[in-house]
Amino acid sequence: MNDVRPMIEVRGARKFFGPLEVLKGIDFSVARGQIVAVIGPSGSGKSTLLRSINHLETLDGGEVWLDGVQVNQTLDRRAFEKHINRVRQQMGMVFQHFNLFPHLSVAENISIAPVRLKGMGRAQARALALEMLDKVGLADKIDAFPARLSGGQKQRVAIARALAMQPKVMLFDEATSALDPELVDEVNIVMKQLASEHMTMVIVTHEMRFAAEVADRVIFMADGAVVEEGRPDALFRNPAQERTRSFLRKFLNG
Amino acid sequence: MQGLDFSIVPEYWPLIGKGLWWTVVISAASAVLSIVAGIGFALVVLYAPPVLRYPVRLFMWLFMGTPLLLQLFLIYFGLVQVGIDIPAVWSGIIGLSLHFSVYNADIFRAGIAALDGGQTEAARSLGFGAWQTRVYIVVPQALRNTVPAIGNMMIALLKESSIVSMIGIAELVHSAQLVISETYRPFEFYLTAAALYYILNLVLEAVLRGIERKVELSR
Repeated sequence: MNDVRPMIEVRGARKFFGPLEVLKGIDFSVARGQIVAVIGPSGSGKSTLLRSINHLETLDGGEVWLDGVQVNQTLDRRAFEKHINRVRQQMGMVFQHFNLFPHLSVAENISIAPVRLKGMGRAQARALALEMLDKVGLADKIDAFPARLSGGQKQRVAIARALAMQPKVMLFDEATSALDPELVDEVNIVMKQLASEHMTMVIVTHEMRFAAEVADRVIFMADGAVVEEGRPDALFRNPAQERTRSFLRKFLNG
Repeated sequence: MQGLDFSIVPEYWPLIGKGLWWTVVISAASAVLSIVAGIGFALVVLYAPPVLRYPVRLFMWLFMGTPLLLQLFLIYFGLVQVGIDIPAVWSGIIGLSLHFSVYNADIFRAGIAALDGGQTEAARSLGFGAWQTRVYIVVPQALRNTVPAIGNMMIALLKESSIVSMIGIAELVHSAQLVISETYRPFEFYLTAAALYYILNLVLEAVLRGIERKVELSR
């Protein structure tokens, strides 16, 4: 591929919560089809960074680009609303607490965005829901309501919902942190399958083993800055920074 | 002393039945209007720009702070003075609707405010705009969650509708009074009216339970 333009590019991202600087000028980019895991202690700013990619957090400084289009560009309110809605349709996001729509069936959860935002017809939307559910192994739950699903099933439906918009990238915000340990694997399997299909992914996670397995590149953040980044084998086996070493030691020893 | 004798009731059924009919019509119309207006006011209070929001909040505050009876008198007797002559039945429906819309609005507002912010974030992350998020995600959930509270308001509305008798509408209580003035049998006819209110409320409760169950299933 001679398209070298990064899929996601973040330049000098800065963010304050009150007097607290939670992102201290972050630069990073994700190539098309690349899988980047972001790790780091709680409060390191990794979730804020992820959420600023699709503008759920508004940066105080810096730029975010998606496939050559600036996400956080300066426009008047109305124009920006139009712009950001269009941009967000190209980015799937998966939340720690699933955030499925409890008043809609699984099929409707998946198809509501294609139906309302892309004008997809009823029959086509149902077929799409089925196709996406097949991908996450839940075709038999198409008419269930979210309240009847386990946490792992909810998260797989949430992934299917995001995929239904055929996004260019998928953002995962601690997708397995709220799950019972025995339910983590079923979600990880779906994410690995997406990785094998060359979906561009940014994964904020606390699971070092999964990050090592699935990511092409790992970014370690602490106190609002990138401390170290590299290939997972290098970063996990032989971290260059003492800060990374102490973080990994705590994690691996438990 | 006069004993209770209900055998006299059937004779006056046409008049009582008409009163019952007006109670049902006025209550049903006011229920629908007060819910629709309540949703509208709640959305304005939560989302509209200040030029719209503050007048509506003032209006809500004024309506909560005065008795329904006074509001009916203002609409029916007061407005005539400035050239707005609204027939009694419409005055009753407008008064009841506005009075209860204010309470409904507060219930809806609280129902929307109680929703988890994650719902909005999920919708926005899919590319829904602010209003689309409200219409497709937030409001439908708030409506479902507030069914029991709104249902209680509607039971109150059905009973309070008797107050429109004060502007001369021959609803159930007023019809009973008319019959009593003719028969001097207050106890029989007031008890008849009471029984009819119970029946109406039983029907309304059954409907509300049905809605609650349906909503519960789809969650």
